[in-house]
Amino acid sequence: MDLITFLIQCLNSLQYGLLLFLVASGLTLIFGIMGVINLAHGSFYMIGAYMAYALAPIVAATFGGGFFATLLVGLALAVIAGYVLEWAFFSFLYEREHLQQVLMTYGLILVFEELRSMLVGDDVHGVQPPAILAGTLPLSDLMTYPVYRLFISAVCLLLALGMYLVFTRTRLGMMIRAGSTNREMVQSLGIDIKFLYRVVFAAGMAVAVFAGMIAAPVSSVYPGMGNTVLIICFVVVVIGGIGSIRGALLAALLIGFVDTFGKVLVPQASGVLVYVMMALILLWKPSGLFKAG
Amino acid sequence: MKHSKVIFSILAFVALALFPLVAGKYGIDLVTKIMIFAVFALSLELLVGGTGLVCFGQSAFLGIGAYATVLLSPQNGAASMLWLLPVCMLAAALYALLVGVLSLRTSGVYFIMVTLAFAQMAYYVAHDTPLGGGTDGIYMTIKPVLGSLLDLDQPLTLYAFTLASLITVFGFLALLLRSRFGRALAGIRVNEQRMRSTGFSTFGYKLAAFVISGGIAGLAGFLFAVKDGYVNPELISWHVSGNVLIMIILGGIGQLRGALIGAFAFALLQELFKSDALFGDFAKHWQLGLGLTIIASVALLPRGLVGVPQQLTERLFGRSNAAGMAHGAEAEDE
Repeated sequence: MDLITFLIQCLNSLQYGLLLFLVASGLTLIFGIMGVINLAHGSFYMIGAYMAYALAPIVAATFGGGFFATLLVGLALAVIAGYVLEWAFFSFLYEREHLQQVLMTYGLILVFEELRSMLVGDDVHGVQPPAILAGTLPLSDLMTYPVYRLFISAVCLLLALGMYLVFTRTRLGMMIRAGSTNREMVQSLGIDIKFLYRVVFAAGMAVAVFAGMIAAPVSSVYPGMGNTVLIICFVVVVIGGIGSIRGALLAALLIGFVDTFGKVLVPQASGVLVYVMMALILLWKPSGLFKAG
Repeated sequence: MKHSKVIFSILAFVALALFPLVAGKYGIDLVTKIMIFAVFALSLELLVGGTGLVCFGQSAFLGIGAYATVLLSPQNGAASMLWLLPVCMLAAALYALLVGVLSLRTSGVYFIMVTLAFAQMAYYVAHDTPLGGGTDGIYMTIKPVLGSLLDLDQPLTLYAFTLASLITVFGFLALLLRSRFGRALAGIRVNEQRMRSTGFSTFGYKLAAFVISGGIAGLAGFLFAVKDGYVNPELISWHVSGNVLIMIILGGIGQLRGALIGAFAFALLQELFKSDALFGDFAKHWQLGLGLTIIASVALLPRGLVGVPQQLTERLFGRSNAAGMAHGAEAEDE
C-alpha cells in the first residue's frame, strides 16, 4: 500500500468512525442517562437518510431548496419528533425492566420500517451532495478525494466538540451528568427530571437523524440501513463504556479504522474483525474502555 | 407448581397432539415450525428467566446444531438419528462452553454484547468461508431416520417427533428448575452476590446453565435443518437471536409457559397480519400491525401474555387480595 492509498484509507476510516460516533453518542446518552435500551435508535438514522432524500423536493418547493435548508428542516422535525416520542412511548418505561424496553423499542423498529415503506417505498435511492461540496481534492496525479467526505468529518468533529462543551461547561450539561448519577437526588434539588430526559432524548434522536441525513450522499439510502448501524453502534457503546461520550468517540474511531483497513487488507475476514475486537476488549476490560462514573 | 399451570401445560400439549387430525398440510408445517421455535425459546428462557443471563447470541447454537446436522449427514444414505442428534447437540453445547467460559466474565449489557459478538463470529464463518457453502448455504439430500421406526422425511412423523422433543425439553426444564440446581440458578438471578457469600460457586452454575441451553438450542437447530432440509447463514444472524428474545419477553419472562406462549403468539401474529384474506393489499405492510401489537402489549401487559390471567384477577377481585396471591405464586416459582 503506497502512501496516498494509505492516506485515503485513513481519511475514510476517520469519516466512518466519526459518523458512527455521531449515531452512537445519542445511544450512549439515552442509555447511560435514562437507562433505556433504545433499539429504535438505528431507525432514527434510517429516518434521517430517507428525510435527506424525501424532504429535498418539498423543501425546494417551499423555501427555494438547497441541501443545507433540508438539513435544518430535518433537524427541526427530528427534535419535535424526539420530544413527542419520549412523551408517548418512553416516559412510562423508566420504571420497567430493561427487557420490556427492548420489546417496546423492537415494536417501534417495525412500525418505523413499515411507515417508511408506506410513505417512501422500498427502493434504494441515491442523494446528491450539494454543489459546493461535490468536487474532489487532488492528492496525487491519479488519486483524488471527495470534498464531501471531508465535510462530513469536519461537521462530526464540530458536533463532538460542541457536545463536549455543553457537557462540561453549561448548566444543562451539569444537570444531565448529575441526572445520570442519581436521579432521585437531582429531582429533590428541584430539577424537572422528566423535562431533562425529554431534552436528552430529543437531542439524541436529532443527532442520529442528522447523522443519517449527512451520510445519505455517501452511503445510498436503503431499507434496513437502520438495523445495520444499530448493531455497530451498540458495539461502539459497549466498547467505549456505557454512558461515556469520550469512550464512544474512541471506540467509534477504533472501529472506523479496524473496519476500513480490514476491508482493504483482509477482505475475507473483514466482517468478523470488529466483533473479534469487541470480544477481546470486553474480555480484557469487562465494562468497556471508559466506565462512566 | 400450581394445579392450574400443570393443567394448562397438559391441555396445550394435548391440543398440539390432536391438531394434525383437523389441520391440513399448511397447518402442520406451520405448527411444526412454531414448535421448533418453542424449543429454541425454551433454551433461552433457561438463561434469561431461569438464571437472569440475557444472551443475545442464541442463534449461534441453533445454527451450529443445524449446520452440524447437514454437514454430518452422509450424501448417499440416511443418517441414524441415534448418533446424529446427540452429536449435533454436543457440537452446539461445546461452542456454548467456549462462549460461556469467556463471556460469563462480563455481566449485564456487556454480557449481551459479548454473546452477540460470538454469534456474529459464527455467522461470518458460515457466511464467508466455504465450510458451509457460504451465503448459498447447503442442502441435505436424505433426511435422518431412526432405524425403520421413524423417517423424518414424513411431515407427520416430523410433527410428532418435534412435539415429543418439545414435551421432553419442557418437562426436563421444569424438573431442572425445581431441582436444587434450578433453585441455585434462581438465587443467582435474584442476587448473585448473596449466593456467592453463602458458598455457591456461581460461575460453575451459570456455565452449566449456558451449556445446557446451548445443547437444547442445538436440538432446535437439528429440527430446523431436518424440517427445511437446508441451512444458510441467515439462521445464525442476530435477527434470529433477537426474534427469540422478543418471543420470550412477549410471552412473559420467568415461567416456562411464557416461552411457549410467546413462540406461538409471535408466529401466529405474523401469520395473522400477513394474511391476504383479512387485510387484502395491506397484508404486505404486516410489520406495522405486529409492531403496534407489540407496543400495545408492553403498555398494557407488563408481565407478558403469561401474566394476563393474574392481571384479570387483580381487576376483578381488587388489587390487595390478588397481589397476595400473586406473591404466593411467584414464591412458588422461584
